Amino acid sequence: MSARTSTRRFWVVGLLVALLVAGFGSYYASSHPDGLEYVAEQTGFLDSAEDSPTAGSPFADYSTEGVEDPRLGGGIAGVVGVLVTLALMGGLAMAVRRRGSPSRERVGADD
Amino acid sequence: MHVPDGFLDAPTSVATGVVAVGVVAVALRKARTELDDRTAPLVGLVAAFVFAAQMMNFPVGAGTSGHLLGGALAAVLVGPWTGALCVSVVLLVQALFMADGGITALGTNVVLMSVVGTFVGYGVFRAVRMVLPKRLSSVAPAAAVGALLSVPAAALTFTLLFAVGGQAPVSLGAVLTAMVGWHVVIGIGEAVVTGLVVGAVVASRPDLVHGAHDLVQQRRLEIRGTGVQA
Repeated sequence: MSARTSTRRFWVVGLLVALLVAGFGSYYASSHPDGLEYVAEQTGFLDSAEDSPTAGSPFADYSTEGVEDPRLGGGIAGVVGVLVTLALMGGLAMAVRRRGSPSRERVGADD
Repeated sequence: MHVPDGFLDAPTSVATGVVAVGVVAVALRKARTELDDRTAPLVGLVAAFVFAAQMMNFPVGAGTSGHLLGGALAAVLVGPWTGALCVSVVLLVQALFMADGGITALGTNVVLMSVVGTFVGYGVFRAVRMVLPKRLSSVAPAAAVGALLSVPAAALTFTLLFAVGGQAPVSLGAVLTAMVGWHVVIGIGEAVVTGLVVGAVVASRPDLVHGAHDLVQQRRLEIRGTGVQA
């Protein structure tokens, strides 16, 4: 088997990809309504939608309050979202995991 | 597919909220069986990636777009219970901070994307794995098929909920046809992204892929059998 990617390297590359997609790539995403919104409009129930109670949040609609430039504002919101999600789910996973399992010895010097 | 507040009435939203809380509670216990010191550190990364990918709407024609739901992807990478938690956390962050998906609709969105998306995707993945050859190259295609079907399954579930608790008097047949039709197309995008990402992870670290667990074990035995030191 060829030399495999270390866990640390895998993790760093994965996070960079997520940050790039959310912080930079998302500006180029399609701005058309998504499938549900489009169907709601076509079939006539879009008007039953209400504004979210969090519509006034600083990052509402993937923009950043006080940042005029949509590319920058959207990028900041994306990066914040990625990091908050990473912290919440990462913390949760570390909290519920089984500790000291036998499989650990297989990772060797990954850390 | 983020449902805003108002599409579904209060009783339906409460019911989906109860189901969502119940499934998340079970998932918190079951995730423990999927996570150890080796796999747990990657789970946050999977959730972060799903959050990022959900921002990348791709056009699907006629002024419509779709984005990855990520349930099938997360389930194949980290296990279905942990995967359901990943998508739930993404939906929570989106609802609280980005106003994407309603607050009273959060339970509905968890049911559609975390529960139906993840478990239909994973169930189809396991079924396809059973008919494909037992090797690592089967994992990504099986994940792609699971992803493909998970999206119309979630769309169908929304339509059922809308039939029960929809707040606007519109033709259910039209909603059903349009929801499932468009989400089959969006499912193709889901399949492509899921297949590529799972393929890339299998190529670099197959030992970290929950859905390839049995294949990696088998390979270790083969390596030992030939006397080669791994």
